[in-house]
Amino acid sequence: MSLYSEKVMDHFTNPRNVGEIPDADGVGEVGNVKCGDIMKFFLKIKENRIEDVKFQTFGCGAAIATSSIATEMVKGKSLEEAMTLTNREVVEALGGLPAPKIHCSVLAEEALKAAIQNYYERNNIPYDKSLFPNCAECETCRMV
Amino acid sequence: MKIYADNAATTKMSETAFNAMLPYLKEHYGNPSSLHTPGQQAAEALQTAREIVADAIGCTPREVLFTSGGSESDNQAILTAAKLGKKKGKKHIISTAFEHHAVLHALQKLEKEEGFELTLLDVHENGLIDPAQVADAIREDTCLVTIMYANNEIGTVQPIAEIGAICHDKNVLFHTDAVQVVGHLPIDVVSDNIDLLSLSGHKFHGPKGVGALYVRKGIPIATLIEGGAQERGKRAGTENMPAIVGMAATLEESMNRLTENIQKISALRDQLIRGLSTIEHAALNGDPEKRLPGNVSFCFEGIEGEALLLLLNAKGIYASSGSACTSGSLDPSHVLLAIGRSHEIAHGSLRLSLSEENTEEEVDYMIKEIPKVVDQLRMMSPVWVSKVRGEKDFIL
Repeated sequence: MSLYSEKVMDHFTNPRNVGEIPDADGVGEVGNVKCGDIMKFFLKIKENRIEDVKFQTFGCGAAIATSSIATEMVKGKSLEEAMTLTNREVVEALGGLPAPKIHCSVLAEEALKAAIQNYYERNNIPYDKSLFPNCAECETCRMV
Repeated sequence: MKIYADNAATTKMSETAFNAMLPYLKEHYGNPSSLHTPGQQAAEALQTAREIVADAIGCTPREVLFTSGGSESDNQAILTAAKLGKKKGKKHIISTAFEHHAVLHALQKLEKEEGFELTLLDVHENGLIDPAQVADAIREDTCLVTIMYANNEIGTVQPIAEIGAICHDKNVLFHTDAVQVVGHLPIDVVSDNIDLLSLSGHKFHGPKGVGALYVRKGIPIATLIEGGAQERGKRAGTENMPAIVGMAATLEESMNRLTENIQKISALRDQLIRGLSTIEHAALNGDPEKRLPGNVSFCFEGIEGEALLLLLNAKGIYASSGSACTSGSLDPSHVLLAIGRSHEIAHGSLRLSLSEENTEEEVDYMIKEIPKVVDQLRMMSPVWVSKVRGEKDFIL
């Protein structure tokens, strides 16, 4: 099928970093089953760096591919660097996505940020709340 | 292996259709409205095609109107009934929540623009209408009951003759979208008490872009297209001769093999349903007995349909799904929601629609490969994982 680029199909059929980290330092889950996409990111943080990252995704091919490539893009990065990841970069790295699938890349960015936020919360590290998505207000998903 | 299991979407055109069409794409190019020999040759072929279609559904040739396909037929049927109703001050229409969009959207347009009132009947978990629902819903001002003969997604076949009898008893026009049924199951518009019926050529190995509308004698037909006198002035535009001839030829063949095909395809369907039923937390959609010979429709908990289709595609299995991602909106199939599937479950749907060209080997291959793909997606699904761990409840 030519709905997706080769890069998307590669990440969808051979997803990188799929699974979970049992003793994760930060876990973030975004999306909902009603709209058909849920992404869950697990982070292992060491000295402010993403030492390991894994994901689980319920969703379409684009949702799985964006999760996969996003984990690749932030692995080894400092939390500050990871926070600069945008959905646009995810789309570009995948060689583009069909317009109705752009929201999948937004979810990937938000799942990562939710996991970082969870890490900050767990460790009482002060952070700028305005940098993080508020799932309750996200229209992309047209929440339940 | 390459397995085409999406015959409800469209079928492969038969050799019979192709061979019948060829002369009409080449040497027989006459316009059936012309008086000269090539024109009259075409007019005869058109008449023969009309007789074949009439024979297949048990009506007279004069009651068959050629159209561009199922959607046009549905629209013309509904408009015909609506115009008649409006004249008599009857502006209530009964249908179901899981009709094809060609019916639903045409009805919604009448509701919005013409002030018609709609009653959409509940189709229950098994996807079947109880004729008593129709009897209860008919009012003094009901001008039309339109209920699909069989559903394109979940395959349920309605008790059409009983519904038609109730409509006739109450003097209400009855239309049925039989796009999934013609050429696949026996139909007799007289004993089925049908006033208007839509059919489409490419659903039974004919070409695309051609269909027909049956209109019972005596019902004044409303026009969608104004123009010449083709189709007795009810459908203007020079007839699509190659397509009409091809559709008729393959329909005749399908009707000759009807019993044999039903037996063969139903056996494959049941084999496939049995095989896929071994997948845990999955459910068959639609009634197990009253369903189209070729329809297999499942929901698999914890996964999303588009991802499933892509992985099956990579294995050479061509199927379809009613997930939101495949419907082009954020909502999954209205059919699956109508039978009470939750959004979550409806996203994980898979439809395999078989034809007589499918084989037992293909069904075995699908039974072997589909569970693997379902498993593969479940393993990476946070929804599935949380259910397996008991953090969330299984629905199926």
